[in-house]
Amino acid sequence: MSETAEYAETASPGEGDAAPAASGRRKASPTSSWRSRLYRWDIKASPYVFVAPFFLFFGAFGLFPLLYTGWASLHRLELTNLDDSTWLGLENYTNLLQSDYFWNALGNTFTIGIISTVPQLAVALGIAHLLNYKLRGSTLWRVAMLAPYATSVASASLVFTLLFAWDGGMVNWIIGSVGIDPVNWRESSWGSQFAVSSIVIWRWTGYNALIYLAAMQAVPHDLYESASLDGASRWQQFRHVTIPMLRPTILFTVVVSTIGATQLFGEPLLFGGTSGSKGGADHQFQTLGLYLYDQGWINGHLGRASAVAWLMLVVLLLIAAVNLLIARRLRKAQ
Amino acid sequence: MKSRTPGLTPARPLGLKAGRTMHAGPVTYVVLALFTAVSLAPLIWTAIAASRTSGRLAQTPPPLWFGGNLFKNLERAWTEASLGDAMLNTTIVAGSITIGTVLFSTIAGFAFAKLKFKFSGLLLLLTIGTMMVPPQLSVVPLYLWIADLQWTNQLQAVILPTFVSAFGVFFMRQFLLQALPSELIEAARMDGASSLRIIWHVVFPAARPAMAVLGLLTFVMAWNDFLWPIIALNQSNPTVQVALNSLGTGYIPDRAVIMAGALLGTLPLLLAFILFGKQIVSGIMQGAVKG
Repeated sequence: MSETAEYAETASPGEGDAAPAASGRRKASPTSSWRSRLYRWDIKASPYVFVAPFFLFFGAFGLFPLLYTGWASLHRLELTNLDDSTWLGLENYTNLLQSDYFWNALGNTFTIGIISTVPQLAVALGIAHLLNYKLRGSTLWRVAMLAPYATSVASASLVFTLLFAWDGGMVNWIIGSVGIDPVNWRESSWGSQFAVSSIVIWRWTGYNALIYLAAMQAVPHDLYESASLDGASRWQQFRHVTIPMLRPTILFTVVVSTIGATQLFGEPLLFGGTSGSKGGADHQFQTLGLYLYDQGWINGHLGRASAVAWLMLVVLLLIAAVNLLIARRLRKAQ
Repeated sequence: MKSRTPGLTPARPLGLKAGRTMHAGPVTYVVLALFTAVSLAPLIWTAIAASRTSGRLAQTPPPLWFGGNLFKNLERAWTEASLGDAMLNTTIVAGSITIGTVLFSTIAGFAFAKLKFKFSGLLLLLTIGTMMVPPQLSVVPLYLWIADLQWTNQLQAVILPTFVSAFGVFFMRQFLLQALPSELIEAARMDGASSLRIIWHVVFPAARPAMAVLGLLTFVMAWNDFLWPIIALNQSNPTVQVALNSLGTGYIPDRAVIMAGALLGTLPLLLAFILFGKQIVSGIMQGAVKG
């Protein structure tokens, strides 16, 4: 933490200093007293001035909209008539909780979240372990692993849509060459969810591997030395030294990935093509994020979309609570 | 690799060697090469598909090597899908957001790292807390707002809501805590320097490496931002992502042109990766947060 406390407000200036100086001893001169007051004011106020832009922008574009969304969720508010809003109370929420499409979207968000997050983090852990060896061209490997991170949601989704195409798609061709029947990746329920997840996995695995690598490099070397003296194999070292030391980082990535999964939007939207906002003809991969967009900007029910947004926050808080509980349980079991 | 800049990873105790120094065996190289292939193949295949014709892309087996239509497809994506305009727009948007984020993060990060003021702990906690709020929670009011201001389809509607970043503030604070000696500020104060002079002559020079990394990360994030631009802009004045979305929803049903668009939309960032890959990697290893 920072050691410097407030600077002495009456710091004596250097002799013959031309800079505006704050000196208690020069109180006689009116300019100097004015300067000293200005200086003191500068010391006191400048920290607030420095943090102000962030909080002003955040207040205007983050906090205020957050609360306003809550207010809007209690009203009928249509895209076609933005100036007219009618009080509904909790009707938007009760309608949502009775809607099959809402529960479908919640379920899809959950399953796609699981099948994209779990393999992503597991593989990232393995890659990080390999990158942690002394490697030739280590930077090159890292940059190559991170290249998908530079690809936008839109570009990546368009490419994967083509890779998973029914006719001429790379994936069907590859599984066909080992004798598996082609899969209709867009229409089938599990197939489309798998395809959408693969976009997420591809884009974020390298990124998470780098986060794990950073944490692995902070593990004291001694721990491995004493483990190998005790006769632990490499796998046992990984399991009993690396993983426990990485637990806080793993929890961090789980939380961040979960937040990302809850908001999943661009990948299914583009994967769906013309029926994107519906998440496919049967809503088979419509996520909560898509559902919000569909309600708000395709169907024009902005009040309802606001209610979806608040329910998303509730879901996130619930998941965070579960994460916390699991983390605590794990720590106790240790 | 040792990152030159201290970051979020816990400080290593002096004299204690961290990390493993074991050399990689051939198996490690083979497995890594496999993963690298998986991570690069879709990118390379985008270029292959962009150099073919739509008809060829519908046939089995899919093409595995380049064809002769790359420039024709790129040109069509550039003009017909207005990706040229979109790229200019995105450059303006991502550039402005990067400047705002780096500037405001540096001064706020400096205040949090080196200045004592009332409520600083609470304000920092609030800053970090804001990272947890999903963007979906503000899109409806923001939309009402820009509709009211008649900003729909105008770039400032996309720039202003992401002009500052909580992650940026935290990132700069962590860096300046260690990289900026407090004695330096004290000495400047002794000389009677005002806070603005200190920012300019002491903080900015010391923060430069972290400002560069934060700038790169912010640019990548802003270039790829999707949800809000799709709501705030439409095809008449799109960012690259908005233009790509309309490509994908059948605006131009030519697969090869779509792939040319996907390639164009990623190319600037891939170039940045080739030039600054090392810095981006070390920036993320210092603890980046998914945007």
